[in-house]
Amino acid sequence: MPYRFLEGLTMADIAFEATGATLEEMFISAADAVTNTQCEDLKGINAKVRKEFTLKAGDAERLLHDFLQELIFLKDAELLLFREYDLKISKAGEGLVLVAGVKGDYINQKTHHLLVDVKAVSWHKFKVEKTADGWKAVVIIDV
Amino acid sequence: MDFNRELKKPSFRKIDDYIWEIGTDYKQGMLVPARMFASEGLLNQMDNTVFDQITNVATLPGIVKYAYCMPDGHSGYGFPIGGVAAMDINDNGVISPGGIGFDINCGMRLIRTDLTIKDVSPHLKELVDKLFGKVPAGVGSKGFVKLDAGTFRKVIEDGAPWCVENGYGWKDDLDATELGGRDDGADEKTVSDKAVERGKGQIGTLGSGNHYLEIQHVREENIFDKALAKKWGLFPDQIVIMFHCGSRGFGHQVATDYLNQFLSIMESKYKIKILDRELACAPFNSPEGQAYFKAMKCAMNMSFANRQTIVHRVREVFSEVFKTDAEKLGMRQVYDVSHNRASVEKHNVDGTMKELVVHRKGATAAYGPGREELSPRFRDDGQPVIIGGSMETGSYLLSGVSTGASTWFTTAHGSGRTMSRTRAKQLFRGDQLQKDMESRGIYVKTTSYAGLAEEAGAAYKNIDDVIEATHQAGISNKVAKLVPIGNVKG
Repeated sequence: MPYRFLEGLTMADIAFEATGATLEEMFISAADAVTNTQCEDLKGINAKVRKEFTLKAGDAERLLHDFLQELIFLKDAELLLFREYDLKISKAGEGLVLVAGVKGDYINQKTHHLLVDVKAVSWHKFKVEKTADGWKAVVIIDV
Repeated sequence: MDFNRELKKPSFRKIDDYIWEIGTDYKQGMLVPARMFASEGLLNQMDNTVFDQITNVATLPGIVKYAYCMPDGHSGYGFPIGGVAAMDINDNGVISPGGIGFDINCGMRLIRTDLTIKDVSPHLKELVDKLFGKVPAGVGSKGFVKLDAGTFRKVIEDGAPWCVENGYGWKDDLDATELGGRDDGADEKTVSDKAVERGKGQIGTLGSGNHYLEIQHVREENIFDKALAKKWGLFPDQIVIMFHCGSRGFGHQVATDYLNQFLSIMESKYKIKILDRELACAPFNSPEGQAYFKAMKCAMNMSFANRQTIVHRVREVFSEVFKTDAEKLGMRQVYDVSHNRASVEKHNVDGTMKELVVHRKGATAAYGPGREELSPRFRDDGQPVIIGGSMETGSYLLSGVSTGASTWFTTAHGSGRTMSRTRAKQLFRGDQLQKDMESRGIYVKTTSYAGLAEEAGAAYKNIDDVIEATHQAGISNKVAKLVPIGNVKG
């Protein structure tokens, strides 16, 4: 899934752009970028532990923010990093609902090529937009 | 893209060689001017985002006198790192999680020893290797203090005293910790279950990024205030231990929870408009403002507990290696300071004593002699202030001074980055850096070579310049410089 780390948006932290043909694909790109900030080799993460959660938000920006925060929460609370995502986003009243099934593995400091711990998703310059090719997000994460 | 895009450099009014003012005409909505504390050279190293962010801070309701930026200032979110602002709590002043940061009570702790460089050099690798094993660091690390959610909720109200009561440290440590290691008024009911779940397994962990634990050398030529250094237990050729860490996932979740809540109610309920979502705020004397303040204090206490248990582990390691009690090695705590916090303090504002909520984000309190915040042990001399430099260059011990009133008794917190993490990784290789540092007498153990490269000394401002600026500007006094010989990098 396409994402690229951006130079010049933050001095002390990590910025990235995530894209996707659908909102779900863009969410997965963003999730991979967050995980790749913490772990050099995404392929080294086995998809053996499954978690499910549902999130509701007023708009796509808030939903993406909440989704990435949930992954960061699970990294600290259950020591999990994720590799595979089954996401379904649909309209719910005025807002959006995300039903997520995510698969990953418990962090192993010996076998995973770990990098830097992600603390939070910042709102600084946070942006989700519809493009001609689908969806794009710009995110800065606090490390 | 670059930091300076679409941002105009302000025209500074020179107040003196170390104070530069940006007037309220720089940006619509500024309630007070902004003041940069820096030499001209350091000012020129700051990117335009710093000036944009500190002038955004100057628009926050209730801000008093000036929005300040310390000499190590660099761009952050909402507030710049190094940003300081005080709001009048009796005149609609706000509290902003963005003025404290995600890592609430990220801070520094310094432990002295009776050991000299001659004593430690033969054991350096063993010490660093053992510290690396005993103080968990990096992504996914687990603390050695196993707590259930109920006990963790007690710890976040009690802070470091809980640790001492449970055998992790000495009573004397508390007297040498800001706020005695317990920020009074913490209320665990203001904290989400999510925050507790994130944090309860992390007490006793260092974290990663710029967090580290160092064995440092006090060289004779680096002692600047001999009397105070001696009084605080430092002597030439001594070995000391310093570390940098915070409230881990717990504090990050508290900040995230309240930032999101404030974004939802700030404009609709309190009609507050801000220039950056990371400046989300609420009136200090509102239910939401008070709830955040009490939750922030919980994170303060978690962090004090975290550093307290790490001290316990450090003493265990030294005791094991030197086969002597930590007491006999003289491993007393010099001090512990926070550089991400808010506190209510009384300050003289143009002749009137006012109660202000002082936000310090990447900035350290440096209370001068006589201030009520200091325990009697430190009240005559001012607060010990610990400033961590880059892992290659060294760190400092300073003291608070009376003239620090000009910044609400606040000074710098570190070197301040001048290079992004991405750029640093392009320029440096962690494994090579480790070898280079070892050849210069600094033995490093790391959980991540890429993480090590990000922390290369060249990615930071010159710590000596930053400290000199704080000294010359009269916001803190140089006591000693401490240079690393061993480093555990998170």
